[in-house]
Amino acid sequence: MSPHLNAVAQGAEIPAPHIEYGQLGPMLLVFGVAIAGVLVEAFVGRSWRYAVQVPLTFLGLFGGFVWTVVLAVTEEPFHVAAMGALGVDGPTLFLQGAILILALVSLLLIAERQQAHFTAQASALPGSEAEQETMAAGITQTEIFPLLMFAVGGMLMFPAANDLLTMFVALEVLSLPLYLLCGLARRRRLLSQEAAVKYFLLGAFSSAFFLYGAALLYGYAGSVRLSVIAAQIERDTGSETLLLAGVALLSVGLLFKIGAVPFHMWKPDVYQGAPTPITALMASCTMVSAFGALLRVYYVGLEKLAWEWRPAMWGVAILTMVAGAVIAITQTDIKRMLAYSSIAHAGFLLTAVVAIPDAAAASAKGLAGALFYLAAYGFTTIGAFAVITMVRDAGGEAGHLSRWAGLGKRSPVVAGIFAFFLLAFAGIPLTSGFTGKFAVFQAAVDAGATPLVVVGVLASAIAAFFYVRVIVVMFFSEPEADGPTVVAAPATAAAVALGLTATVVLGVLPQPMLDLAGHAASQLFVR
Amino acid sequence: MEDFPWLSLLIALPLVGAVVVGLLPGAKEALVKQTALGVSLLVGVLTVVMALGFDPDGARFQFTEKYWWIKQFGVHWAVGVDGVALVLVLLSVILVPLVILASWTADGRSGGVDVPAKRSVKTYFALLLALEAMMIGVFAATDVFVFYVFFEAMLIPVYFLIGSYGGAQRSYAAVKFLLYSLFGGLLMLVAVLWLVKLSNEHLGHGTFLFEELRTIKDVDPTTAKWLFLGFFIAFAIKAPMVPVHTWLPDAAAQAPAGALVLIVGVLDKVGTYGMLRFCLELFPGASAWAAPVVIAFAVLSIVYGAVLAIGQVDLKRLVAYTSVSHFGFIVLGIFAMTSAAQSGAALYMVNHGFSTGALFLIVGFLIVRRRSAKISDFGGVQKVAPVLAGTFLVAGLSGLSLPGLAPFVSEFMVLTGTFSRYEVAAIVATSGIVLAAVYILWTYQRTMGGPAVEKVQGMADLTAREKWAVAPIIAIIVVMGFFPQPVLNVINPSVKVTLERVGHPQDPAPKIGTVAENGARP
Repeated sequence: MSPHLNAVAQGAEIPAPHIEYGQLGPMLLVFGVAIAGVLVEAFVGRSWRYAVQVPLTFLGLFGGFVWTVVLAVTEEPFHVAAMGALGVDGPTLFLQGAILILALVSLLLIAERQQAHFTAQASALPGSEAEQETMAAGITQTEIFPLLMFAVGGMLMFPAANDLLTMFVALEVLSLPLYLLCGLARRRRLLSQEAAVKYFLLGAFSSAFFLYGAALLYGYAGSVRLSVIAAQIERDTGSETLLLAGVALLSVGLLFKIGAVPFHMWKPDVYQGAPTPITALMASCTMVSAFGALLRVYYVGLEKLAWEWRPAMWGVAILTMVAGAVIAITQTDIKRMLAYSSIAHAGFLLTAVVAIPDAAAASAKGLAGALFYLAAYGFTTIGAFAVITMVRDAGGEAGHLSRWAGLGKRSPVVAGIFAFFLLAFAGIPLTSGFTGKFAVFQAAVDAGATPLVVVGVLASAIAAFFYVRVIVVMFFSEPEADGPTVVAAPATAAAVALGLTATVVLGVLPQPMLDLAGHAASQLFVR
Repeated sequence: MEDFPWLSLLIALPLVGAVVVGLLPGAKEALVKQTALGVSLLVGVLTVVMALGFDPDGARFQFTEKYWWIKQFGVHWAVGVDGVALVLVLLSVILVPLVILASWTADGRSGGVDVPAKRSVKTYFALLLALEAMMIGVFAATDVFVFYVFFEAMLIPVYFLIGSYGGAQRSYAAVKFLLYSLFGGLLMLVAVLWLVKLSNEHLGHGTFLFEELRTIKDVDPTTAKWLFLGFFIAFAIKAPMVPVHTWLPDAAAQAPAGALVLIVGVLDKVGTYGMLRFCLELFPGASAWAAPVVIAFAVLSIVYGAVLAIGQVDLKRLVAYTSVSHFGFIVLGIFAMTSAAQSGAALYMVNHGFSTGALFLIVGFLIVRRRSAKISDFGGVQKVAPVLAGTFLVAGLSGLSLPGLAPFVSEFMVLTGTFSRYEVAAIVATSGIVLAAVYILWTYQRTMGGPAVEKVQGMADLTAREKWAVAPIIAIIVVMGFFPQPVLNVINPSVKVTLERVGHPQDPAPKIGTVAENGARP
């Protein structure tokens, strides 16, 4: 970087960076569509925007997915691209493919028109005259689509980033649109806005931590490139204080994004307040992306430092699993409960990070387990949130657990599907949740982290209690007279069906997906 | 016919049946019941046909199938039955159609066991069929992972059977059942995860195949003890043994009697079956190490269960506690490690399934007629419903191991087999038989004897359908009381293999081999 700066200082011509457009295609396509979406907002008439934005977004995501598949199939991907700023390798392509496909499923929820999830105008109260006027005027919040694409673009870049600055930029690109999207719920607007502000403030705070950590690591290694930092750690020179402080601060930023305890405070509020389709997007895609970035930093940059951070990671994993599971028990709002469940799952995933030992073979196993888990969890969680959008009463979604009483009688199919998702979260065999848990726990046992697995298993038992409690409410209690109704809008139903299919298939016949994850992980991240 | 995938078919058939029943229109209850009964009868017939092809002197596991399932984990879809598994599969497939028959109706006039009204009938039968598939699967699995999958998946239909179709406290009972079992199952999961690591180290490749895992020698003793505990606690909860038995009485008091037949009659056998198959053969050293403690707990279960049974006021809770006592006998037999005791324990699993199954069905008939499960609400039933009272007496007497009825043979074998190694345990355990006489006969006296109390007058006797549901079980109990040898012939070779593995191929003096024959002599 410094020669470039010198060149600028001397007024010389800046050499154009070399960009491998082909290998970065999916990201570029998504960003391109995002910008096109902004142009659509500017130039296309109001009544047409929705009709243009949805196919455009779909094509962008789908095209990106196809491109990713082509990249993965045509050659053994193991490159650094864009002057080493981005890595294109097996795990990254797997993560990007997962993000794109999960974003497509989320898009089904976001684009649902039969049940508007998003406010027509952020300042209009639900059901108020102002809102009716905006509705009558045909105003729809179609900005959500370009915002979604920017967020997804950032998510694709986040786990691919091979240096800390690129990673920071990706983090911001993915976070800022999400902050905004969180505040756009049509119902319970105050809650939604509070969620957005909370997410923004805490997110900005954690970004600052991340940036400070990156700065300290630059001070340690003289570069923000992960491979250079790794090499420096191997040489064991430089200031250990800078290194450890940098790693600690960087980890705070990353752990915040996946919602690991003690950086989880935002998750319940944000998951509850955000429009449910956005919650689904965050719980699946953001989780995949942030966890991918975490894996890359720890595998590529800090692998040799495992002795230092592993005890801390043990602590965080244990805290996250136990606290997530225990606090979830006391929740009465179904979205908050799933938020804590997502925290607990972040803890289960962290056991795979702890499984990063020195031996490459076992390391790949942990990585493959985490990749599989992320994909499996993503599908289940979107499905679960999609079901939540379907159960509605007069004031919108029936969020309180007590409102779900007797749903099993009212709509046995929907309640049955939701129960199945809950069992998958609980890790009952023949669901994808069990396969994923088995994969990460097996890797952890192989790496000698059996006590951690015992804690994980106990946390699963605690977690099972609150999943089961929802089933009890749905099936074993009598329905209320004015209980919520189930509205099965077509796109939402399709999202539920996809989530269900993935949860069943990855539970009963996980072989192909495990092969894929294993193959993707076999060469590890490129340095 | 050698390579015919019998077991996969037997597992798939009830599952398909469950889906079909679930898709039938809910209003056509008769069709739902006929379909469920038809499927379960077909499964029963097919199983009997398969069982006739079983060669007791042949390979240990027969009708085996083995395909890769999840290669990354080293998991095979591997099924096969040895003698013990075969008789337990037979027990399951015989009980299921009878339970379906008994659950046909549930009112005072047309009889039946208690299934609450206003609940989805088809779901009930679909769950029963799904449970049947998993029961066959769990006994047939020869891959530890597959066993674990069925072991855990089985909880879900039972959970819904208790929670949706039980009594007033059903959701409490269902959650308690699920959490107890899940907790045990998750402990077992850690042990299962560790097993593959062990096989990686000792066999060079990760596998869950039982036949390969049991060949692993010289496991580090400390590791083996931990692994043994992981499996054993799960099985002890399932069995259930004192002090982790408390879920059973609650579940029993709330669950519908039909489901209860399967829960206590078959499902809990998975616990004792698992001890015999997995604990003993995978960790022989640790089993020998734990045997004295396990036997102490088994004796405790026998006495404690029996004493508490005497004090019960609820019929279903009473039968549940008698089962705790009987499971104590089974565990005692397994860990006494003599051929007579272990064969007796394996036979006991089957006998107890039939005897308790009959008892629960009849108790179910009684409760539906009287709309109460309280013992004090009954009296003089024998005067108004002699057949009902008679079947209750036969089932009850089999519960107290009357000679001539099936459980006597197995209980006798367990006690004599135990006596040759653990005299004190056998002597204390014998008191369980005395206590059994108290709880059965006293209950009979209070509910069936004396003058008919007001509410019992006009109680209908067993209907034809109910007779058809109970008669086969009574017949089996009587026949196996006189001719247990065919079943023992199937069981004995498997038990012999197990005993060789735990290092007790020879029984201690005095020789017990003759006892098995004594028990067999009519």
